[in-house]
Amino acid sequence: MSGTPIQQTKTPLLPVWVAVLGFSFIFTAFAKPYVPWAFKFPRAWQWLLKDDISRFMDWLVDEASFGVFTFTEFTRGIAWVVNLPYEVTRSLLSTGLLQGQGSDAIQLLPPISWIAIIAIIMALGAYARDWKLAVLAGACFIYLSVFGQWQSAMITLSSIVIAVPFGVGGGLMLGLFGYRWRWFEKIITPVLDLMQSVPIFAYLVPILFLFGFGPVSAIIATIIYAMPPMVRITFLALRSLPSDVIDLGNMIGCTRRQMTWKVLIPSAMPSLMVGVNQVIMLSLNMVIIASMIGAGGLGFDVLSSLRRLDIGAGIESGFAIVVLAIALDRLSQAFAKKSPATHEDEQSSLLKRYPYSITSLTLVIVTGLLGLVWGAFQIYPESWTLTTGSFWKETVTYININYYDQLEGVKTFLLLQVLIPFKRALLSLPWPVVIAILGLAGWSLGGKKLAALCIILSGFIVLVGLWEKAMITVYLCGISVIIASLIGMPIGIMAAERPKLWPFVQAVIDTLQTLPSFVYLMPVVMLFRVGDFAAMIAVVAYAIAPAIRYTAHGIRQVNPDLVEAGIVSGCTKGQVLRKIKLKLAAPEIFLGLNQTIMLALSMLVITALVGTRDLGQEVYIALAKADTGRGIVAGLSVAFIAIIADRLITAGVKRSKARLGLT
Amino acid sequence: MRYKTRLLGAITGVLALAGAALVPFGAQAGTDSKDPIKLTLHDWTGQLVTTKIMGEVMKKAGLNISYVQADYIAQFAGLKSGDLTVAMEIWETTGREAMDKATASGKVVNMGETGMQAIEEWWYPAYMKERCPGLPDWKALNKCAEKFSVPETAPKGRYLGGPVTWGGFDEERVEALGLNFEVVHAGTDAALFAELESAYQRKAPILLWVYAPHWAPVKFDGEWVEFPKYDAKCYSDPKWGGNTDAAYDCGKPRGPIWKVAWVGLKDKWPTGYKAVQNFKISNDAMGAMVSAVDLDGKKLDDVVNAWMDANTATWQAWIK
Repeated sequence: MSGTPIQQTKTPLLPVWVAVLGFSFIFTAFAKPYVPWAFKFPRAWQWLLKDDISRFMDWLVDEASFGVFTFTEFTRGIAWVVNLPYEVTRSLLSTGLLQGQGSDAIQLLPPISWIAIIAIIMALGAYARDWKLAVLAGACFIYLSVFGQWQSAMITLSSIVIAVPFGVGGGLMLGLFGYRWRWFEKIITPVLDLMQSVPIFAYLVPILFLFGFGPVSAIIATIIYAMPPMVRITFLALRSLPSDVIDLGNMIGCTRRQMTWKVLIPSAMPSLMVGVNQVIMLSLNMVIIASMIGAGGLGFDVLSSLRRLDIGAGIESGFAIVVLAIALDRLSQAFAKKSPATHEDEQSSLLKRYPYSITSLTLVIVTGLLGLVWGAFQIYPESWTLTTGSFWKETVTYININYYDQLEGVKTFLLLQVLIPFKRALLSLPWPVVIAILGLAGWSLGGKKLAALCIILSGFIVLVGLWEKAMITVYLCGISVIIASLIGMPIGIMAAERPKLWPFVQAVIDTLQTLPSFVYLMPVVMLFRVGDFAAMIAVVAYAIAPAIRYTAHGIRQVNPDLVEAGIVSGCTKGQVLRKIKLKLAAPEIFLGLNQTIMLALSMLVITALVGTRDLGQEVYIALAKADTGRGIVAGLSVAFIAIIADRLITAGVKRSKARLGLT
Repeated sequence: MRYKTRLLGAITGVLALAGAALVPFGAQAGTDSKDPIKLTLHDWTGQLVTTKIMGEVMKKAGLNISYVQADYIAQFAGLKSGDLTVAMEIWETTGREAMDKATASGKVVNMGETGMQAIEEWWYPAYMKERCPGLPDWKALNKCAEKFSVPETAPKGRYLGGPVTWGGFDEERVEALGLNFEVVHAGTDAALFAELESAYQRKAPILLWVYAPHWAPVKFDGEWVEFPKYDAKCYSDPKWGGNTDAAYDCGKPRGPIWKVAWVGLKDKWPTGYKAVQNFKISNDAMGAMVSAVDLDGKKLDDVVNAWMDANTATWQAWIK
């Protein structure tokens, strides 16, 4: 499949393009009175897929059966299995060991004290790398206690601690199957695409039906969302192992199982750890949405404080998610880079061999006992907490009162001159024209297969009657991606040229990616009112990260010899940048663009919360009305837009890489 | 193989649990199960107060309870299956459709009114009254449509409606009453009030959908627009009202806030069933508690406990 070289370039495509574009133009301008169905897809032709899906779902929940037990019992069984370890972590971190249920429950043992948890985190840091990391991780957790976020953070942490191993384990398994059997990879790849691009809101309702209400459903939704990168990275990591490793395994007579667990996985460990890191970060991205279906914790705090417009409290809880993410991210990266343990001297004392574990365990017991006497050892006392709540509120108020008119001016200009004309233009295009152009783009970039894919996927959107909402989606996303690139790429270039700037930029984009967008959405609404503009700002803020990251990375990895050659032959600094670095970094920058589009699309559901009228809104309405079919159809449409964009860009990058001789 | 047995174990476990939950306690009618009654919590303060009061009362009655966070509409899935037991606030105005669908299945029962009346209507801050004389009468709106306009809608006025999921027929109302306004939908209730807060800080014009009981009409000084009074006929019969060609030429209906429960509540926790059925609270009492939490920054549990202490006789009657 992937082995075919690109040959289509020989077909003379230019005349075809000219013809199609010319015809499209004429068609768009004059055909409306004659073929109205091309401009507004008739309701009567619509494919009522959403009703079929809803019916199927009802059947699945109420009737489907494997004979001995029903499908719902099966899914409830899974929920039960996931719930067991969750109960354990929750009692360790948050509720303590309980006997009984509900308000009758009696606490037998308190949870691990805050001091001990901070100590354990610091020990992990010291063990994984050094004391610097220990201090960083410790500081993150101290933030949680000082700002009064501890209880919620521990509830969030206990579901993350469960979701991550399931996500990693499941991803690894699927990855291994895909590595072993090509056909499995072929089946699973499109499924992964869908898992990553269908908005989570679209499948929350069916998950609730099947897995019941409460934290377990939220954990399962988190696993579905966070697993795909692990699968992909497993494929990649195992495929890119040098063949010597496998030869060695065969030579020393490994069985299949030994080969997998003793040879392949240990050698691929560093790459696999990157996957683990991704699973952790994506799980934390889900915190807000998980709290909508009963996970509680920090996500719930963010939602409820914004509901009462307590912006300060929302920001503090939001930052609690960020610091949790930073701590877990840095720890997992340190573990990824850690060289395999050397064998310690077996003779040395227990304390010497396991210094961190033993210190931690001692602290757990000692602070636990002290906590029985003096409560502050067990729970961080409320009177010691700080809050910056009023500061944030006053800042927003100040900007609102003093700068609203200026902001309004900028906004009105952009809205009337750019956004609205662009939206009108897109909405005036007849769907057959758009599909034809997409098909042609697919053909010229990747060949017949890609053309067919583009046509089928965009045709689906027309058929289910979501064309108009899809075009609004494209408009909102398109504008946001353009603006994100216009801001992000220069920053990326600057950061790559001045290495000192990078840590600062990185901190900012890490924060933007992990801070729940809900936190800044409400201040944005206060300053820009509801509507497309507020939505655009939120999308740009979230999607700018990959534009910066990939541009910087692309420029940094340009072969220094080529740069040297440029300087020697007398290029100025600007010429080196424009003629050498940017050209060679182009494929990487396009990958960044691809990621920017993906992130922008994934933000759409969130922006529906500030009143956009796109597919995100459709998904959100479906969620609010618990309409399974409607949500899934709209979710698939979002996914298809993402897949079309992704395939076109990937094909384009492949071509330009081939042209630059980079592969 | 081992995997299989474990799975089977899990499944029998679930079956056993489900069985235990479904078997009616015929032999011991009148006694309450020791399992926790699960009350749902949403993300607005009023609902938290209502639910916590109910929970506290149940605890006093010796019942075992637990609170579960759940989405307002999505919770019906849980109420149908018995994963959740009681939901204390279903608004006539926003939850009716989902509630009717659930009760039609026979697995969820309507437990009656909470005593609170939901009000939803077009609302403006008091300072707009000076700029637009004639308010609160709706006929004044057209005269000052321009004062309510923004660049995107000018010369039409801008009315900020609730999320589309709330319904409300505002587009139809604008049409039927010939209002020179454009309806813009906020995506969520948080966005709705963020705009109000922002406009109020700047004393800027705003006309939007506000509902009560909520902290906003307590915090901000303002009034409801007075439309022709709602009548069931107004929504169904075009001939009704000032515009004889169109329905919806009137204000929005006001309606009760309902309580609902899983159908098994009655048999499994008879006392709990009684308590939910008897629960009643007024708009004013609720408004006072909501603003104590949201505006004065008091702790929710303290506010609930204060109510419990002050109204002992009231809640004791619920569980008698």
